Amino acid sequence: MDKKGRVGFGIVGILLGILWLFPFYLILTNSFKTPKGIFASVLSLPHPSTGDNYVNSFKALNFIGSLTNSLIITICSVLLIILCSSMAAYALQRNHSKLSGAILMLFISAMLIPFQSVMIPLTANFGAVHFLNMWGLVIMYLGFDASLSVFLYQGTLSSIPIAMDESAEIEGASRWQIFTKVIFPMLSPITVTVAILNIIAIWNDYLLPSLVLPQAQYTIPLQMFNFFGEYTKQWHLALAGITLSIIPVIIFYLFAQKWIIKGVTDGAVK
Amino acid sequence: MKNKSLSFWLFLTPTLVALALVVFIPVLEGLFYSFTNWDGLTFTKVVGFQNYITLFQDKAFINAFWFTVGFVIVTVIMLNVIGLGLALLVTQKFKGNNFLRTVFFMPNMIGGLILGFIWQFIFTQGFQALGNAMHLSWLQNWLTDETTGFWGLVIVTVWQMSGYIMIIYIAYLQNIPNEIIEAAKIDGATAWQRFTKITFPMIAPAFTVCMFLTLSNGFKIYDQNLSLTNGGPYNSTQMLAMDIVNTAYNSGNFALSEAKAIIFFIIVAAISLLQVAYNRKREEDL
Repeated sequence: MDKKGRVGFGIVGILLGILWLFPFYLILTNSFKTPKGIFASVLSLPHPSTGDNYVNSFKALNFIGSLTNSLIITICSVLLIILCSSMAAYALQRNHSKLSGAILMLFISAMLIPFQSVMIPLTANFGAVHFLNMWGLVIMYLGFDASLSVFLYQGTLSSIPIAMDESAEIEGASRWQIFTKVIFPMLSPITVTVAILNIIAIWNDYLLPSLVLPQAQYTIPLQMFNFFGEYTKQWHLALAGITLSIIPVIIFYLFAQKWIIKGVTDGAVK
Repeated sequence: MKNKSLSFWLFLTPTLVALALVVFIPVLEGLFYSFTNWDGLTFTKVVGFQNYITLFQDKAFINAFWFTVGFVIVTVIMLNVIGLGLALLVTQKFKGNNFLRTVFFMPNMIGGLILGFIWQFIFTQGFQALGNAMHLSWLQNWLTDETTGFWGLVIVTVWQMSGYIMIIYIAYLQNIPNEIIEAAKIDGATAWQRFTKITFPMIAPAFTVCMFLTLSNGFKIYDQNLSLTNGGPYNSTQMLAMDIVNTAYNSGNFALSEAKAIIFFIIVAAISLLQVAYNRKREEDL
């Protein structure tokens, strides 16, 4: 491409980039202002600036507590999904029968069912056995998110030759050993994809946990919703809360960006 | 692994049990309850299609349906045009194109609930300030009527999802062999001809994927709706998913909510299946 073209694309790119980042800029700058400062000018830089908003919203959000809850729920759910769905996909892929085909169809058809069609009976059933808490939620995530994960694992497994299983079997390995020692390590690239997709979805989920979790186990989005309801006319606090709640996500994104882009692409394209 | 072998079933059972408990049993229960006068705990009689008749006379549901349809049409077009545009931009060779990818995709990492709060501030405070400073009345009083609520939801969704759609188009754009483009250049094809005759047909499968994602996501949106407008003013910006949730948890009409959810399921599933079938056929025709 000629030099003129490159400069042209560069300029368009910079302008669009600024447009995309502008919301973050507004949130960040205004979160350091006093209520008067926001009222006086939304667009200017904060002067005088204050860190009080962060101190107050950190307490009001119970930030350490909700961050811990979010971490526990996300990590446990994702580990359980990886373990169970890779095992299920392995069983289905290495079994060529009408039955396994039918079960795979069952997984795929579950992806078409919207959450609203199951939410009321689901929460009623789990409530009846006193499982409306974070462990019940982890099981629910396995049920909701296993379909896509099984589907992704199944696709990758079909490219791993069955000779791998057979040679391990001749050496006397059990089915469980074959899976954990031979097959699962070879699935690492798609495991990263499954992990990324589920981490993003579960970390940000609101509606399901809002129906399931008791207040002591509130995650960041739930705590944020309550907090926002209380401080709705106090933007200085609300904005500091918003900034706090997106910091973990941005850190994760900047560190794991390469895998995230790959994971999101795989999840959509495969 | 044989069907009858113990290990086959041991490997499969945890996932199958979870799927049954979380999806299949509740959806069947819900289907049954939609034909009763269920109140969330018990029911006293089977009412046949009464809930389904009520639902089609329910103004809130009909409004939510048309609002959602309008939203989906606008966002599907905008997301695919902008997503493809961004993908074409960042696949050009210029300094900073990788950084731009990072920027465009970033909003997609943040949950819909928090995105809605971010934009509530921008629409009600930022737009207002800008409108006052520049004397532009169309920037003032956002989210106080149906029109600005609608476009507010569109803007949030486009800001959030364009980067995601961009990533998918990039994946397909990178699969186009460079030799074909170069050969076309040598044959004297203009940039526009290269785009319409080569690039466009070669990324046809990307359309299937992106249309499917944007369509079904558009219908299912809830979080952004809740945090940006909460359906207001006067339920004018309430979308289907929110109407179903509110019918159950705010009005206590659990059986009616289930009937709505079943209709919602049929709409979403039908669109998804039709769309995949249509795109498959079109790809073959090309």
